[in-house]
Amino acid sequence: MALLRITSPHTQRAGRRTSWVMQMVILATIPGIVVQTWLFGWGTFINLMIACITALLSEAAILAIRRRPVGFFLKDYSALLTAVLLGVALPPVVPWWVTVTAVAFAIIFAKQLYGGLGNNPFNPAMVGYAIVLVSFPVPMSQWLGVHSMVSAGETLSFMQSLQAIFHQLPVIDSYTMATPLDGFKHKDLLDSQAAFSSIAALQGPSLNSWLWVNLAYLVGGLALIWLRIITWHTPVALLGALLIMSGAFHLFDPSNTATPFFHLTTGAAMFGAFFIATDPVSSCTSNRGKLIYGAGIGILIYIIRSWGGYPDGVAFGVLLMNFAAPLIDYYTQPRTYGHKKAKTGLKVGEDN
Amino acid sequence: MPTVNMQTANIFSFHGGIHPPENKTQSLQLPLGRPSLPNELILPLGQHIGQSSRPLVKVGDKVLKGETIAINNGFLSSFLHAPTSGTITAIEERLIAHPSGLSDLCIILTPDGSDTWTKLEPLSHWQDISKTDVLAYLSEMGIIGMGGAGFPTQVKLQGAYKNPLTHFIINAAECEPYITADDMLIREKTLELVLGIEILQHLVQADHVVIGIEDNKPTAIAALRTVLNKRKSKIQVAVVPTKYPSGGEKQLIQLLTGKEVPSGQYPADIGILCQNVGTCVAVHDAITLGKPLISRFTTLTGDALKNPQNVEVLLGTPVAHLLDYAESEPKKLSRLIMGGPMMGYTLDSAAVPIVKTSNCILAASKKELPPPAPEQACIRCGMCEQACPASLLPQQLLWFSKSQEFEKAEHHNLFDCIECGACSYVCPSSIPLVQYYRHTKSSIREAREATVKSDLAKQRFEARKARQDAEAAEKEAKRLARQKATPSKTTDEKKSAPAKAAPTAAAAPATTDESKKLKVDIAIGKSKLKKLEKQLLEAQENEHVEDINSLQLQVTDQEKAIALLEEQLAQMPSATPAAPAVNTAKASTAPVNDELKKAKVDVALIGVKLKKLQKQLIETPDDQELKDKINAFETDLKAAQDTVSRLSATTESHTAASEPKAAASDELKKLKIDAAIAKAAVKKVEKALKKAEEINAPEIEAIRQQLKEAQQRADDLEKALANPEAASQNAEAQTKKADAAPNNVDADAAKKRKIDLAIAKAGIKKAEKNIQLLQEQGKDEAEINASEWPSKLKEAQEKLAALEAEESAPATAVSAPVEKTADTVAQSEVKAEPEMDLATQIKKEKIAVALAKAQINKLNKRLESTPEDADSINQEINATQQRLQRAEALLEKLIHSQTNMQENR
Ligand code: SF4
Ligand code: SF4
Repeated sequence: MALLRITSPHTQRAGRRTSWVMQMVILATIPGIVVQTWLFGWGTFINLMIACITALLSEAAILAIRRRPVGFFLKDYSALLTAVLLGVALPPVVPWWVTVTAVAFAIIFAKQLYGGLGNNPFNPAMVGYAIVLVSFPVPMSQWLGVHSMVSAGETLSFMQSLQAIFHQLPVIDSYTMATPLDGFKHKDLLDSQAAFSSIAALQGPSLNSWLWVNLAYLVGGLALIWLRIITWHTPVALLGALLIMSGAFHLFDPSNTATPFFHLTTGAAMFGAFFIATDPVSSCTSNRGKLIYGAGIGILIYIIRSWGGYPDGVAFGVLLMNFAAPLIDYYTQPRTYGHKKAKTGLKVGEDN
Repeated sequence: MPTVNMQTANIFSFHGGIHPPENKTQSLQLPLGRPSLPNELILPLGQHIGQSSRPLVKVGDKVLKGETIAINNGFLSSFLHAPTSGTITAIEERLIAHPSGLSDLCIILTPDGSDTWTKLEPLSHWQDISKTDVLAYLSEMGIIGMGGAGFPTQVKLQGAYKNPLTHFIINAAECEPYITADDMLIREKTLELVLGIEILQHLVQADHVVIGIEDNKPTAIAALRTVLNKRKSKIQVAVVPTKYPSGGEKQLIQLLTGKEVPSGQYPADIGILCQNVGTCVAVHDAITLGKPLISRFTTLTGDALKNPQNVEVLLGTPVAHLLDYAESEPKKLSRLIMGGPMMGYTLDSAAVPIVKTSNCILAASKKELPPPAPEQACIRCGMCEQACPASLLPQQLLWFSKSQEFEKAEHHNLFDCIECGACSYVCPSSIPLVQYYRHTKSSIREAREATVKSDLAKQRFEARKARQDAEAAEKEAKRLARQKATPSKTTDEKKSAPAKAAPTAAAAPATTDESKKLKVDIAIGKSKLKKLEKQLLEAQENEHVEDINSLQLQVTDQEKAIALLEEQLAQMPSATPAAPAVNTAKASTAPVNDELKKAKVDVALIGVKLKKLQKQLIETPDDQELKDKINAFETDLKAAQDTVSRLSATTESHTAASEPKAAASDELKKLKIDAAIAKAAVKKVEKALKKAEEINAPEIEAIRQQLKEAQQRADDLEKALANPEAASQNAEAQTKKADAAPNNVDADAAKKRKIDLAIAKAGIKKAEKNIQLLQEQGKDEAEINASEWPSKLKEAQEKLAALEAEESAPATAVSAPVEKTADTVAQSEVKAEPEMDLATQIKKEKIAVALAKAQINKLNKRLESTPEDADSINQEINATQQRLQRAEALLEKLIHSQTNMQENR
């Protein structure tokens, strides 16, 4: 009778493995992907494919070089999740090499060079996104418009998307237009009211398309909370901070700022709040920490959108707060059972 | 009136917790089983926390059921009884149920099959006799906590007397999956349980008595309610929601009272006592039936058993016997666990016995408890944190454990982890978190022990150095004394019997030298002993079972060593008086005095011991050993006191014929030297302390301890100093006694002043150093002036001056009465006192002069570098120069008086 010698506990919650967590997050993006494909054609879908293949290849290559069991780590789905997040974040007709660069950079530099899953201080997807945003600003700003508003008057077909991504669609310009955030950023001297009535990107159909995208991600995010894969703290704090910031500034200066509703339903607001900021590895650990972390990102998003050089600020906001996460962690330890107050900082030796 | 008496208790909640599959129904299908007698019963001597019991039986002894076969071994220990009648066939090492598969000494009992009870003696009048007697009885019945750790119940109850109890909580939560032993016990023995609770409540008198039970035991709850209603009992039943680990003591307390047990403290500290239901029933059986704890309810469960069930099993029954009873299928059995799946531990072999704390045997198949999945990286998902009932950050603790950052781990309250396993249970990456924490905890404990050891080594070294210093000083003093004694002896010889003082004088120092060394050794040994005892107590409190044994051993060794030394010391003086006894009565006064002192010391020592024992007795009122010891000591004390009075009578009778002065003053001198040395030591330690405080060194605590000890020693010596003076004056039948008192008081004040002085000096030094530092950093003068240091320096200097002035004033004041005594006692010797004062004063003045000079230098330098401040600096220079002159003048005067004094002699 060969008996097993293991220390307690002897049992584990069945089924909820790390790979399951990753799979669920990937599945939760599906509503968003569907809406994006419906609105902007097959580009997003093709991007996803390219991203996934790149991610798996680069992860496998690095694991092989690091002499880690390739199959074991590939099966944790973390590389695929990074690829999916990047794939939906990039513009639908971005040239293929932009996607490849972003994903490869995310996996190789932002994740594996730091020691692989669980050790990366920065959100890999956002590192990849920021790199291509800074390096290739032109393709990164080419979003497609909804069919009713672009000069071609239709959505790209699958083949056209493929051609666009591999650089053989000269008529691409007739399908693209600025995103609402882009449009609002470049309203120049117009006041808000004039901007909303004159700029194409700020017209009803364009705004509505982005509303749909954001609602789709909201649904996916709520599913994640319901599955207890993420907690409500980060998204609520992020969206709350964004709401308060935009609300306050809009009250203060309605002629030059957009409404809170506009800020919450355009760009990557929901996607960032539920899928990017909640990346567990690079965010804060305690619930209080997550509140601070999320609020910080919300504030940064508003600042970058309003006064920064880029139309949207999720990527940089997240990366900046990644820097602060360890510090926030030290100051937001929960109060342990039996202690009068929570410990803060790292002053070793002082006790309560 | 169904629920008239049933006050429903408030239920609070605790953070985290998990809901693992309960798996409790399997073992509740069959009624309570009673397995047959096994071929042998294996009874480990250490079934409880604390010292192993001491066997009372020999191999071959026949015992009856319920007979005591092992008794407690110290305070934190318990009794053990024969679970059935039979023969003791061996007392040997056997494998026991232990997380790391250890073996332990066990009494092996082969049953004779007749199962005859010994005569049972219930404690029927428990309501009338004193509570301590009831506690003692519980200890003799071998009652220990049956829920988990196995803490002796009488010790826990005593602990509960510390504070008035608000809550007496009966833990019936049984939150671990699979286990149903308590559930079954409540169903089967509802009345016994309630009676047991009532007995315990009589003992502790808590404001509220609450039974905490999870809502997954409706049958047990109903049974309890019926009995409680029938008895119109005040006991409340608090039904808590099923959530692991609500049965953890701390969690249950939080659930039922909303209070948290402060970290590092016990429930008793916040007025709460927790007892397991099994313990309550055992208490009832012991007191009303006279049955010692010889059996318990245990759950046999798991897929590898055909007939999972609860059994009432005799202690010592091998697990294999129970597996057979429940028809285990060896092919299916893959993991054998004692306890539940969350906190139990695996057993290597089924040969281990059931002990008082075994609540479950889980024979799991591979499908049921599959081997753990391979560990993946922590993705910091925070699920562990959401589950942790202690509100820790398990993922951070894991990180620190892996990177061996022990300080950070401790800072994140690693030691508040109750090892419940909730975090590991939910971790999606299958990380064995608890295993990491256990490892880190033990590493930290080891590291702590290592530092304690090195501290001990350091202290040993310092003690030895102090002893050597003391010896050297003493030799020096003796040499001086001999020089001085020569002339006085000649006068002595002229007056009285010649040539006889010499051999006595020569013999006495040799022995006193020796005896003093012994005494120092004893003192060192005792301090060590004290420390060890403290450690032992700590270990016992923190339940570090491994340490307790080794510490106990060390304590015993140390005690032996001290006893040996004391014996030697006792022999020493008795050897010496033999020789001079042949001499005249005059010569023999010295040994008599010596003896007198020894007797007094004895009295004091015994008194101290007695007091200590009495204190202990209050803590453990049932300890017959202690009482005996106290009695013995009391007789000793009386004997010693008799000796003292006899001896002092002798001394007085001697005084008529001779002068005990010499002996007395000799003693006095030695004591004074000792006192001076001790004071110096105090000062040294104080300085070290201050330095340590400045740099925030971790040894502060150790140094403080040293300081306390040193001061203690100094105080003792001073007291002793006051004593012989009084004694000698007694002997001379003079009325100078009063002088001793102010002298003592003055000395105390002087000490305080000296400490103040030292502090002031350190302040100056620090300020100077800081200023220098600033200068070195190239800060210009203005900046330095702007900083606080110059003003601080000045303040400190002023204070120092004031203190020094005070110092010189009382010094003369002190010397006055001293001189008065000196006149009457031994002139030459006591003069050394003011001389010493003078010397120190001279030294101080010299320092003051040097200081002033240094300052002038500094000011001059400053003058060069900042001519714009010339005015103010010049003023300062003038002031300093004046001070310098004053100091120099005083110095001269002092030196003059010193030479005068030496000439006078
Ligand atoms: S549950 Fe496991 S993977 Fe998640 S944070 Fe805790 S230790 Fe890391
Ligand atoms: S084992 Fe420790 S860290 Fe893990 S959940 Fe329990 S108390 Fe918290």
